[in-house]
Amino acid sequence: MDFPKDLKYTKEHEWVKLDGNVATVGITDYAQDSLGDVVYVELPQEGGTVTKNEPFGVVESVKAVSDLYSPISGSVTEVNDAIVDTPEAINEDPYGDAWMIKVDVASLDELDDLMSADEYQKFIEEEK
Amino acid sequence: MRHIVTKGLVLDEPLIFEVSSAGRKGVEPAVCDVPVVDAAKVIPAAMLRGANDPMAGFPEVSEIDAVRHYTRLSQWNFGVDTGFYPLGSCTMKYNPKINEDAARLEGLSAIHPYQPEELSQGALRLIYELEDYLAEISGMSAITLQPSAGAQGELTGLLMIAAYFKAKGRPRHKIIIPDTAHGTNPASSALAGFKVVPIKSESNGVLTLDAVKAVMDDDTAALMLTNPNTIGIFERNIHDIAAYVHKKGGLIYCDGANLNAIMGIMKLGEMGVDVVQFNLHKTFSTPHGGGGPGSGPVGVGKALVPFLPGPRIKKSGNKYKFVRDNPKSIGRVKAFYGNFGVMVKAYAYIRRMGPDGIRKAALTAILNANYIKESLKGTFHLPYDQPCMHECVFSDKAQSAYGVTTIDMAKRLIDYGYHPPTVYFPLVVHGAIMIEPTETETKATLDGFIETMKEIAEEARANPDLLKSAPVNTKVQRVDEVRAAREPILRWRPGA
Amino acid sequence: MPYIPHSDKDIADILKTVGAASTEEFLKYLPEELRLKGKLNLPDGLSEQELSAELRSIAARNSTVNGYASFLGAGAYNHYIPATVGHLASRSEFYTAYTPYQPEISQGTLQAVFEYQTLVCQMTAMDVANASLYDGASATAEAVLMARRITGRDTVVMSAALHPEYRETVRTYLVGAGNHVTEALYCTEAGTTLPEAVEAACGDAPACLVVQHPNFFGSIEDLATLAEVIHRKKGLLIVVTAEPVSFGLLKPPGELGADIAVGENQSFGNPLAFGGPYLGFMATKTEYVRQMPGRLIGQTVDKNGSRAYCLTFATREQHIRRERATSNICTNHGLCALAAAIHLVSLGRVGLCALANLNLSKAEYLKARLSSVGIAPAFTSPTFNEFTFKLDTDPDAFMKALLKKRIMAGVGLKRFYPELARHIVVSATEMNSKADIDRFAEEAGKVTR
Repeated sequence: MDFPKDLKYTKEHEWVKLDGNVATVGITDYAQDSLGDVVYVELPQEGGTVTKNEPFGVVESVKAVSDLYSPISGSVTEVNDAIVDTPEAINEDPYGDAWMIKVDVASLDELDDLMSADEYQKFIEEEK
Repeated sequence: MRHIVTKGLVLDEPLIFEVSSAGRKGVEPAVCDVPVVDAAKVIPAAMLRGANDPMAGFPEVSEIDAVRHYTRLSQWNFGVDTGFYPLGSCTMKYNPKINEDAARLEGLSAIHPYQPEELSQGALRLIYELEDYLAEISGMSAITLQPSAGAQGELTGLLMIAAYFKAKGRPRHKIIIPDTAHGTNPASSALAGFKVVPIKSESNGVLTLDAVKAVMDDDTAALMLTNPNTIGIFERNIHDIAAYVHKKGGLIYCDGANLNAIMGIMKLGEMGVDVVQFNLHKTFSTPHGGGGPGSGPVGVGKALVPFLPGPRIKKSGNKYKFVRDNPKSIGRVKAFYGNFGVMVKAYAYIRRMGPDGIRKAALTAILNANYIKESLKGTFHLPYDQPCMHECVFSDKAQSAYGVTTIDMAKRLIDYGYHPPTVYFPLVVHGAIMIEPTETETKATLDGFIETMKEIAEEARANPDLLKSAPVNTKVQRVDEVRAAREPILRWRPGA
Repeated sequence: MPYIPHSDKDIADILKTVGAASTEEFLKYLPEELRLKGKLNLPDGLSEQELSAELRSIAARNSTVNGYASFLGAGAYNHYIPATVGHLASRSEFYTAYTPYQPEISQGTLQAVFEYQTLVCQMTAMDVANASLYDGASATAEAVLMARRITGRDTVVMSAALHPEYRETVRTYLVGAGNHVTEALYCTEAGTTLPEAVEAACGDAPACLVVQHPNFFGSIEDLATLAEVIHRKKGLLIVVTAEPVSFGLLKPPGELGADIAVGENQSFGNPLAFGGPYLGFMATKTEYVRQMPGRLIGQTVDKNGSRAYCLTFATREQHIRRERATSNICTNHGLCALAAAIHLVSLGRVGLCALANLNLSKAEYLKARLSSVGIAPAFTSPTFNEFTFKLDTDPDAFMKALLKKRIMAGVGLKRFYPELARHIVVSATEMNSKADIDRFAEEAGKVTR
């Protein structure tokens, strides 16, 4: 199981990578592994807004549905439409090709309560 | 012989569209004995099928093609008539043949729902009496036979609950549902406009009064539970819970999916249940049909009677009549009166069994489930080790050490000639294996199943790959459900 | 005891294993005060032979559509069911199986329903159809809920010429969603939905328009015009077909602007059976498939690459999505769908079109014969196998008089439409012989003269 050090993590198993004011969001390796083969993704429209801790989309395997919770608030500047056609990318490369949305972050303070890689790893071990 | 399996004569059969050949005729309609009408003379051309006909590819086969097609397809199916079908929560008991004959009687099948009442007295009587029998078995005040299946029965019951509170001038908006519930319970609640409040069962598998007290408030319309619950355990606190919910002005809804365990032994009405839906296709021996039709009657206590869907049936003297003037009724949930053809089968079952047979069926269902539980509990992990009702729930905990999961064992059972139990439900048991043997199986069948399950547990230890690759004795092997969802093909198309 | 096969020895052996003295012993785990003291008050059990006689005597108290000349339709149609249907659909490998959750041992049901989905698509000219819903009325309600999810809008406009029991069902289903249902009047001359009334009922943001085609009066609707009205307001068109034999003749909903086609497939392979079980169908466009309720069968491969079928898109359904599912439906009407498929396959393309034309010819003949005795159609629009006529006299007395001549003379509309107190809707199918139609007209003429 992979936990890149340069990312921040949520309890709902999303990751965030901050680059200036733009945050890239996806789901973690652990999330894709527990979901199984992803067959469907629903993402928001470009130009829409997302709110911290509110659902912004859905991922589905054959027998499970998971909401995607936004780790931050802001406006969606880019959406990774490629994964809508190839949802298997989420299983294959959750931290790379299968990023989901890029968000122009409204308030950087919102990242403060997210977990570091070590904290997240510990969190999921406890959750098991 | 424990394993019922053979390398039999399983023929391949393409899609009917691929068998089709232009110009071939099957069963031709009757010869027209009135002047043949040219449709173009009476209906505008814009409303008629054009030359560019999208029915291209509609099958054109001979009668024998059709007969062989469906006969071969049927041979790829496993039904109760094929073998043991211990599918938990589904009550896959034997479907008596006399019931099928009854539903096909001309006097019960060639009757139109709008033919005059005086020409339908037999049908009205059958509905009236079946309502009566179900009221007696459940201890409820009145029954509607209108809903088509359990889920529609749930919706009907929940809409009545909503109407009841609305009529009192105090609408309520929440339904409490235990985490062990069938998915239809929250789905029906949402459809009826309620907010679902989940509640956890205790470690011993039952609901406690304290847990209900913690969430019950004066905006809660009802507690919706299944009794016996989906773990196969009787909710023994039901009486106290019902008394408390009633004190708070709420109602008790019971999902009657597991009625087979208690019919003739206890009455739901006496436990404080206000609404219950039945599944005639589980408890009352009507077949599941490969996915319906079922029938989902609803029973209610006195307070809810005015809200039942219409029309109702009244008996005066020896005559049966529809009553259509029901001002407080929630309205209808389908056209006409319900799945009459299914009612006939349930009626036949109750008349055949009588009060003694009904009770014995429940007692034997409990006995058989406990027999399986006791026989397998050393082999498989039993999360709730206590006497069960009509079904028992194991898990794959003991076998997971060898990398074997519930689905692998389920698929291996198929190789040995058994339908797998319900798997991965209820959700509160990780890797659940839910076994409901029913009362209609012989001891020899139960023993064969038990020995096979033990053998599979041994295979899981010694040769897990055997289970991973199961089933091998079937028409097709493990099916790629991921591909079905990622690259959907939901119909045949010409040239495909 | 019937259907409970244990011998006394079996029971004794089982009791030994479970460590109990009697089957009753398990009851001690149940609260004493709730246990039934006496016996259920039900009639004593019968032998199979006695039961058979009893059921026959109940059946004998019903008159059938075979014993009378029946011109009843109005959502339930009397058609000839080919012998193949009964024999094949009653193969117990089909009817004693559960929902096909284990695809490896359910390929029969799965392939048959996959084919049925295709047949529905071909008849309606839609992209995708589900495995079945309960009946036409609840299918219509499900379509309305689906249209509301797709559009995110509330307002539902139903044609007043939609089957009254379907309209009532939609209203019941929509109580939880806050209703917002209005009705659009029909034209009293043509007997079809008024586009102006639809326009007015829609407001600015309608979710959908629901139109029956042919409608409850038997009239063929001008779907293209109605589609234009609702689509201009960015709502969806739901076309309801209660008599699907019409698909053999009429331009299909998918070619006339339908976004969702639903209805009743009882006409194919399913007996009248006093109103059920029938067969709700639903078809839609590919883009809406994730909002569709009910089961769906998809084609895939097994691990050896052989073609195989399985349930798919299950994440829409209640067992996974629970309170957020597209519907609460679980058990549907699979066996009814199988019967319909066998009937359609037995008919074939040519047979279905011929059957449709036969129905049209019978109904037109009935129309002409009734007109010849002074009973004229009430509406001017074209019809398929059903139409409405208006009497100058009391329709109840009319129907009663014909009943004495062993004729079921149609369904009076007074109960459903107070303004149509003298109207009767009649249907003629391949089951009505020329002799029966002639007799109907002759007796009707005598009664009204």
